[in-house]
Amino acid sequence: MTAENVLAILPEILILVLAGFVLLLDALWPEPKRRSLGWLTAGGLMLILAVSVAIARPGDDPRFAFGGMIRDDWLGFTFRMAFLFGAAITCLFAMDAEQLGKKGEFYVLLLVSTLGMNLMASAGDLVMLYLAIETTSIPLYVLAGFVVNDDKSTEAGFKYMLFGALTSTVMLYGFSLLYGFSGTTSLYELAEKIRLGLIPTGVLVGTLMLMLVGFGFKISAVPFHYWAPDVYEGAPTPVAGFLSTASKAAGFAVLMRVLLVAFSGDEVMHSWTTLIAAISVITMTLGNTLALAQKNIKRLLAYSSIAQAGYILIGLVAISPDGPLNLGIRSAVFYLIAYIVTNLTVFGVVAAFERVSGSNEIDAYKGLSRRSPGLAFIMLIGMLSLAGMPPFGGFVAKVFVFAAAVETKTWTWLAVVGVLNAIIGLYYYLTVLKVVYLYRTDNPDDEQKPIPLTRPYAIALVVLTAGIVLIGTLFGPWFHWAGLAAGSLF
Amino acid sequence: MQFPILSVIVFTPIVAGILILLIPGNRKTEVRVTALAAATIAMLLSAWVYFSYDISAGGYQFQELYKWLPALGISFRVGVDGISAPLVLLTGIVMFTGVLISWGLDDRPREFFVFLFILATGVFGVFVSLDLFMLFFFYEIAVFPMYLLISIWGWVKTREYAAMKLTLYLFIGSVIALVGALAMYFQAGLHSFDMLELEKAGFSPVFQHFWFPFVFFGFAVLGGIFPFHNWSPDGHVAAPTAVSMFHAGVLMKLGAFASLRVGIMLMPEGAHFWKWVILGLATVNVVYGAFIAAVQTDFKYVIGFSSVSHMGLVMLGFATLTKEGLTGAGVQMFSHGVMTALFFAVVGMVYDRAHTREIPELGGFSKKMPWVAVAFTIGGLVSMGMPGLSGFVAEFPIFMGVWKVQPLIAIIAAISIVITASYIIRVIGRVFFGAMPEHFEHGDHAVGDVTVMDKVALGVICIIMITVGVYPSVMVPLVQSGVKNILALVGGA
Repeated sequence: MTAENVLAILPEILILVLAGFVLLLDALWPEPKRRSLGWLTAGGLMLILAVSVAIARPGDDPRFAFGGMIRDDWLGFTFRMAFLFGAAITCLFAMDAEQLGKKGEFYVLLLVSTLGMNLMASAGDLVMLYLAIETTSIPLYVLAGFVVNDDKSTEAGFKYMLFGALTSTVMLYGFSLLYGFSGTTSLYELAEKIRLGLIPTGVLVGTLMLMLVGFGFKISAVPFHYWAPDVYEGAPTPVAGFLSTASKAAGFAVLMRVLLVAFSGDEVMHSWTTLIAAISVITMTLGNTLALAQKNIKRLLAYSSIAQAGYILIGLVAISPDGPLNLGIRSAVFYLIAYIVTNLTVFGVVAAFERVSGSNEIDAYKGLSRRSPGLAFIMLIGMLSLAGMPPFGGFVAKVFVFAAAVETKTWTWLAVVGVLNAIIGLYYYLTVLKVVYLYRTDNPDDEQKPIPLTRPYAIALVVLTAGIVLIGTLFGPWFHWAGLAAGSLF
Repeated sequence: MQFPILSVIVFTPIVAGILILLIPGNRKTEVRVTALAAATIAMLLSAWVYFSYDISAGGYQFQELYKWLPALGISFRVGVDGISAPLVLLTGIVMFTGVLISWGLDDRPREFFVFLFILATGVFGVFVSLDLFMLFFFYEIAVFPMYLLISIWGWVKTREYAAMKLTLYLFIGSVIALVGALAMYFQAGLHSFDMLELEKAGFSPVFQHFWFPFVFFGFAVLGGIFPFHNWSPDGHVAAPTAVSMFHAGVLMKLGAFASLRVGIMLMPEGAHFWKWVILGLATVNVVYGAFIAAVQTDFKYVIGFSSVSHMGLVMLGFATLTKEGLTGAGVQMFSHGVMTALFFAVVGMVYDRAHTREIPELGGFSKKMPWVAVAFTIGGLVSMGMPGLSGFVAEFPIFMGVWKVQPLIAIIAAISIVITASYIIRVIGRVFFGAMPEHFEHGDHAVGDVTVMDKVALGVICIIMITVGVYPSVMVPLVQSGVKNILALVGGA
């Protein structure tokens, strides 16, 4: 291993070290003390993030490590840092959750899953990619079903695993076909062969569809979204938040790399942009429409996150590699950053609320603004950001994605579909806020019961809220990083 | 570098909002005092901008330019011209009077003022922005607090319905306009959202004919143009008093202003192409709105529909694309803004004491609240376009402009003056004069006079309406200098 290779996977190495450390302390510390493992993991992850940004930044020119298994570039790096952040926040949310926070294995599984996501984002080879996806997924199956004495959680874990295993098999079949036709597993060599027209377009589209089953599952795009509402509802809330943000973003990272690098030949590109555009329209519309009818906040957020995936796909379709700004991918990356921060915020509020009230029904949120004005206000910010309102991150993200679509001219109609969907979205986000701010609790005494926030929640929520506002107002740096990421793909 | 006064005006409300948020919710007096202080500062600063605008120099003044996202050509660029300076002042006045009127609000005043001030920042931001992206940014900021303000503090019977209807209408309008604006941005190929740059982009006529309606009507939804006006009376009626004032007084101008700035000024060719449609629709607004207002029995609905009617005059003035019409429209935006704020304030005061707004059930209120009766009468005369008051200064040029374009439309639209007079006089007669129902006179439900705060608010508004009426030079030359700027773009003298 050369120093360069080590640097390319420095965050991953450090995560592994941290995981080992947590496992060790879990065995040594008595149970009451184990809650502090959350501080340790969250702090460790933030430290890894800081160290990585300081010394393991990729250069201007992307390079390969470990014989092409890893591609060390800004796209991967941006996503990896986002995953570290998401995992750290998830630790904070989990610390005071029942049956989660005092168990060392929770943090270890979370770390391993994060490790897998990091590798997903930087994999340059089909073999590596598959291994990374499995490394991510298997711990997540366990995490979703972590609360063993809760039927819903067990069901969620089981459902997630069955869906995951099935889609991953189909995807693997796609990988193997691709290898069979091209004779290579490297995404970048594959790209070369496709550009030269060595592989028939029909075969490519066929294998791509098989692979999209797996990727579509990860990003919960229609028609591979069925698992999301049930799993989000059943899984422990911090885990659901993690699934809907980091795990989804990891799926997008892979999708971007596979589609834009490997399948970048003109002819095949034409086919898949049409395909993805169709998926995007259906995903947005179905997600938003079904969200309207939800009574459970976590199911609502599940459908909302399906719809959000649809918006992000617009960015993938609206690519204009010749354009000076490369706005399509750039806007998708930007959207993902804003989305991760926003959705984590909302799930954080849900987790904090659930801990005290024990309910996830939207009706239970009645009177929240009287019980806890602060939590209600954070909910307001999160929901409005999801709806795409300024001065929050979601607004700018949506504008950029729609702008990318309008820029291509071909896909202007996709932007129109997007804005119409945003209106449906606004409706149900506002409905939640109405419950939070307008309705009184059924039992007047309940209004006097405050909702105390423990320190980890308070820290995480303040950081996230500040993040939403920063992304929404000072969007320059984020846009710059998104641009670096987008530019490093090819 | 000069003092960044416009930025200070824009951010005063939101900074005050953050400060208010830090005050514990049960210390209501501190919340109110902070709110009033911020509103006073904003009003004084906007008045300062208004009076120190140099008319002879014209153009955009008090400009500030900061880079926001250079990669996409987004900047934070502000400035006021003759059209927007009165609107900034209007916002300041309505904010100040709105806080005074809401003094007695007792349910979560902290949250109320925070949302109201977020709204105010959005409104100020739109009026001063010279960057298209920034305009949208603030425009949306001005839309969403409405939902909460109406649904939480509004009239119990219709608030949920009205709040959602209003928000969705406005959001649909704005996102459709957004697509149009993005199309302009990419078509221009200047990599700049700066509206002063985009003015020179020279879009092809085909492009303008196609995209103009997206942008113009998208914003005009908020201006209450027929047939997209439906949200506005419902919204006005459901909203709490201060929000109705903001809403009818300032927000509808926001829509009109944005459709002028982004629609007409950036796509003048499109404006010429579509002007007959706008004239037609606006005429419907003016006449139909007045007729509907005349048959309402709910005091607040009368005022709500009168806003639709008066905003039609603004649109009518825009669509003439003549000097007279545009000048009148500019003054009308201000005049109607203060007038309708006064109306809604009065409706709120009456309702708070009588607990009904049904006109047949009211009567004789001048005995109990003489100040209010006088103020409402002055407002009513403004509404009718009586000479010597601001309404005349505004409406007369509009009709002149319309006459120049098409006398028939002027004749039809002028019907509204008669109708307006009829319903205003009816309201004054029924509500403030005549016999007072016994239960308002004595007993547990007796009606008392309004507070000092209310009187100050009404007094400020009345003085302004009279000043502009008897001494039009405080406003007309200013607006004319702004109009000159518009005419340079749309052609015609």
